[in-house]
Amino acid sequence: MNFDFPDDIKEMREEAKRFLAAKCQPAVARKILDHGGSFDRALWAEIGALGWVGASVPEEYGGAGLGHLAVCALAEEIGAAIAPVPFASTVYLGIEALLMFGSEAQKKVHLPRLASATAVATLAMAETPGPMVVDRLKSRYSDGRISGTKLGVPDGDVADMAVVVAQDARRGAVLALVDLSGPGVKREAVPTIDPTRSHATITFDGAKAELLDGCRGAADVRRLIDRAAIMMAFEQVGGAQAALDRATSYAKERYAFGRPIGSFQAIKHKLADMYVAIELARSNAYYGAWALETGAAELPVAAAVARIAANDAGWLATKENVQTHGGMGFTWEGDSHLYYRRAKLLGVSLGGSSEWKRRLMGELKSRNTTQLAAAD
Amino acid sequence: MDFSDTTEEATYRAKVRAFLDANAERRKPGEVAGYRRGQDKPGAIDAAKAFQRKKYEAGFAGITWPKEWGGQGGTPIQQVIYNQEEANYKTLSQVFTIGLGMLMPTICTWGTEEQKDRFVQSALRGEEIWCQLFSEPAGGSDLAALRTRAERDGDQWVVNGSKIWTSGAHYSRYGCLVARSDSSAPKHKGLTYFWIDMKAPGVDIQPIRQASGSKHFNQVFFNDLRLDDSQRIGAVGDGWKVAITTLMNERYVAGETPGPDANELIELARVLQNENGPLIDDPGVQEKIAEFYVRTQGLRFTKFRTMTRLSRGGTPGPEASIGKLVTASKLQEITSYGLDLMGQAAGVATPDMPLAGIFEEALMYSPALRIAGGTDEVLRNIIAERVLGLPGDVRVDKDVPFTEVPTGPKRG
Repeated sequence: MNFDFPDDIKEMREEAKRFLAAKCQPAVARKILDHGGSFDRALWAEIGALGWVGASVPEEYGGAGLGHLAVCALAEEIGAAIAPVPFASTVYLGIEALLMFGSEAQKKVHLPRLASATAVATLAMAETPGPMVVDRLKSRYSDGRISGTKLGVPDGDVADMAVVVAQDARRGAVLALVDLSGPGVKREAVPTIDPTRSHATITFDGAKAELLDGCRGAADVRRLIDRAAIMMAFEQVGGAQAALDRATSYAKERYAFGRPIGSFQAIKHKLADMYVAIELARSNAYYGAWALETGAAELPVAAAVARIAANDAGWLATKENVQTHGGMGFTWEGDSHLYYRRAKLLGVSLGGSSEWKRRLMGELKSRNTTQLAAAD
Repeated sequence: MDFSDTTEEATYRAKVRAFLDANAERRKPGEVAGYRRGQDKPGAIDAAKAFQRKKYEAGFAGITWPKEWGGQGGTPIQQVIYNQEEANYKTLSQVFTIGLGMLMPTICTWGTEEQKDRFVQSALRGEEIWCQLFSEPAGGSDLAALRTRAERDGDQWVVNGSKIWTSGAHYSRYGCLVARSDSSAPKHKGLTYFWIDMKAPGVDIQPIRQASGSKHFNQVFFNDLRLDDSQRIGAVGDGWKVAITTLMNERYVAGETPGPDANELIELARVLQNENGPLIDDPGVQEKIAEFYVRTQGLRFTKFRTMTRLSRGGTPGPEASIGKLVTASKLQEITSYGLDLMGQAAGVATPDMPLAGIFEEALMYSPALRIAGGTDEVLRNIIAERVLGLPGDVRVDKDVPFTEVPTGPKRG
């Protein structure tokens, strides 16, 4: 049994932790919150130079060639630091879509720019509130042109390119790469529940688009979302852990009734429950990482399980961190709300728990008793 | 990352399977284990003893114990593999869990050479079953509040009082007892640890009928039970330290928890129908079962993380502390939900109910698992204090003589 990250990746994670402790205290996210600016360009450039953005990109395309386990480890630290950078959009979605479905030429052109953080990519999918149903999307692709409106595209206001999920009359669901600075693209930044991660509504009106030809329909789009959800689960676990760490240290320092509030069982049990939720989520994320690395057939189940547990842990830990801080937890000056905002944003950005649970059961119900037992 | 056994682990697992196939009955696929099911049947204890003897002879008893204790000098991962495999068979090894998992390690750590020679091997061979006489009517989670007195009388001790929740006292040959030898000392300092003969005069065992109706545990009364001083384990007044050794071993013995899990809910929801078809297609049911499945998988992979540490020769990490806390409450909730799904007929508790009535059975034993071996509340305190490093609660019972510790109106 070797259910753990390799030592070199663990070392990399420690380095990332140290780097972010020095460069990305919550004040960095707060700067975006207070003054706008969409994301921290200096930090983004630095983590690009460190090879983080290109961690999953092979060296031949200008990446660091470290693989997906490295992305998972980095994501955890980025989540803990609530870093205001377009890492998720670019790495889990944009780069991943190109790696999975891009042609050799597309990879050669686009991946080096993304891996070096000189360009930002995103995925434009949702068109209305509600569960993601790929086959009901209204955006149309036809003959190298795309039209339609995408709602709340993460980093959509600053992204250089978007992978757009659309329908093609002949092929069904397609992924089309669009240069967002070109004609026929109108974008409008929209306020979000976490302003440290900017979003935009994008309208495509016959914008030039190139197909990612490897994508063969809705199932492939789902596969992309599944893989992204696993990487994001690590970011969520990182954020949840940071919230627990902050609640714990506050509970040790803050005195009430002549004693640290952490000596009261009401607080202890709350923090213990946060710990339990985070460890369950971490373990499930590990399983996702294993599926991601090996391309196991289990991946859809692993992704759903990782996603649901990460949503639970992120929500519980960040809301109870606010609660543990009392009135201070609800001030603008206190940092608790930064974690709370981020957790919920990440928790809905690839679809909420409700749709993932139904999807998980869709996978499980087709298994027979022996298959279910064998998975234990 | 790799889930598979190493070559040595796979070899060991194959040996274990071969032994179990030859000596025990394998459970059918999908057949769920109940809690201590079958233990009350005539001849069950003798059969358990005979099986333990075979385990001993095949080298699967005391797997992790050092050779000088008569163990195999094996690794924790071997023990985990053995436990995983045995969980697929109908055995009653749990009757030895307390003795072999907790009490013999205590005797090996604190006992005299004579005590070790006399008891350890015979326990390992399954000849003598042991029970643990710790909890009392006045001391459960607060074990050190115990009141059973051991009074010195020359070379002997005279014990009076009673112990409660003693699993297996009725079929145990011996037991380990913590008693108060000095009421004027602070509560943790006036305790002494002994072994006792469960058949000695002055020991009266009364079964306690559990809420589930079965009688696995007992209240044990001591009326002038006389102990020789040679039955003392550890120094006079060191009983708390010795008891801690017993309790520290408890976390290593927690095995697989029997009962229905998320997979059984899936099976159930496939069989049961509402007006639209199988419940498995109902969105509300799907969401609920998915939640249980995610928790089950989280626990499973948390165990894998612990196994990985063990596999590398390490000790369980802090993540191992969540196992019983999550398992016990999940079992109770799954049980309740399974019964909800069965609706009006769920009150029927017969084996011809779906999944052989395991939901009906687990309803009544699952509450015990949230209490035995550390309550949910105690486990949360342990996580908060030992893992998260939160300060201990304010104590009014430390550093004062035991006789001055406040108590409720009833004194045990």
